[in-house]
Amino acid sequence: MAQPAGVLAPAPGRKKWEWPWWVSPVGTVSALGLFSIYSVWETLTHSSGQYHNYLSPFFSPDVRSIGIQFLPAIWVVWAPLLFRATCYYYRKAYYRSFFADPLTCARPERPGRSYTGETRLPFVLNNLHRFFFYVTVVVMAFLWYDAVRAFIFPSGFGIGVGSLLMLLNVILLSIYTFSCHAFRHLVGGSLDCFSCARGPILRYSLWKTVSKWNQDHATWAWLSMFSVWGTDLYIRLLISGVLHDVRLF
Amino acid sequence: MAEMRTLHVFRGDQSGGEEVAYEVPVESGMVVLDAVHQIQATQAPDLAVRWNCKAARCGSCSAEVNGHPRLMCKTRLDAIEGEIHVRPMKAFPVIRDLVTDVSWNYEKAKQIEPFAPKEPAPFTMYQRDVERSQQFRKCIECFLCQDVCHVLREHSAKEQYFGPRFMIKIAELEMHPMDGADRVPFTSHQAGVGMCNITKCCQEVCPEHIHLTDDAIIPLKERVADREWDPIRALFRKPAVR
Repeated sequence: MAQPAGVLAPAPGRKKWEWPWWVSPVGTVSALGLFSIYSVWETLTHSSGQYHNYLSPFFSPDVRSIGIQFLPAIWVVWAPLLFRATCYYYRKAYYRSFFADPLTCARPERPGRSYTGETRLPFVLNNLHRFFFYVTVVVMAFLWYDAVRAFIFPSGFGIGVGSLLMLLNVILLSIYTFSCHAFRHLVGGSLDCFSCARGPILRYSLWKTVSKWNQDHATWAWLSMFSVWGTDLYIRLLISGVLHDVRLF
Repeated sequence: MAEMRTLHVFRGDQSGGEEVAYEVPVESGMVVLDAVHQIQATQAPDLAVRWNCKAARCGSCSAEVNGHPRLMCKTRLDAIEGEIHVRPMKAFPVIRDLVTDVSWNYEKAKQIEPFAPKEPAPFTMYQRDVERSQQFRKCIECFLCQDVCHVLREHSAKEQYFGPRFMIKIAELEMHPMDGADRVPFTSHQAGVGMCNITKCCQEVCPEHIHLTDDAIIPLKERVADREWDPIRALFRKPAVR
């Protein structure tokens, strides 16, 4: 019997196991929905995210230091949130899960619904993704500063659970940010000819590295979202006195 | 005695049709195309099916197996649980049974500006400059990506969007180091890259595992954004000399 080259099939008698089709959209709606609600609550109902040397990623950079006291998080979070909202991975996630456009591949959609893709408002604004990337890179610099500061206690260098969380968070956020499709385009994707550009080996190596990270962009997107969420929640619980920071060193 | 499986195969044409059940004896390693050939040889000699290489190289035997766009020659029966339904590709008009009219694709292909070398061949090119285009040249034109693309399949927007197959064709030419043509305005307007909402179904069904969305459609969207959505880049851009 014919056996095509490169056939991707399980061994005879073994069926390929797959999650039921609804798991992905339900999981995505639940996670993104809860994170959005949490973000709104955190942004609109708190005036500070500072606990000693820990600063919540929702409040970094701390705009209170330049005299802005009104909802300090709102002046910050718009950039990373819009960076995520226009991210190519999240676009796939919400078009599928929130708008059922399509819910899953090859699944019939509701007939008669007009579709304009990303050619009309509001989704055409997803083309501004690179601008939110630029602003997010600035925010990343502050987050790295905060992560370093999280290891400096009044008594000197130390390691707390919060320090480790903030470090893990900024590492995951950095990988997510710099594995982005817009950055990939910026470092080399826009070129037709690497060899014709200035610094061809560097441009090509950068593009190759970002391309490699980019293959797992979805994973970094989820991990970094949960790390932001977890870090903020931890600091919020420290501020409210529910938890006490554990010093490891 | 051989195990029997039931295949429900679409029989009909543009005016309509229905699925007809056929019992097929299963042999080890059998693929859907083998089963269809078995039916053709023993039960329904007038069953229309397009095929050629039977080795996942020619892209002829595209169809929908249990609702999923697949190459019939690459879909093993033992990988499918329960009933097996075989239907023609939904995005294209049926000619007869499992054969569809895919000529729309060739009309779109003609509209894309062909390779326009900057200098006469032969030219020196480096591997790092051509590897992106090489990936796109693996395409076997099975049109499964066109079939699964919901813009074409569900919204019938064939006038607004060329589909993923031709996005990789444009990307292949546009990223070629020796090509001198500018297809970015064409990509944005006539080819309609903005219609794609990057849900990656094309990438999921590609039998050649081409990263259609990540390596072609998104980079094309970024190139369009360079021109139409980035005034900062426009400010520093040198006038194009072609």
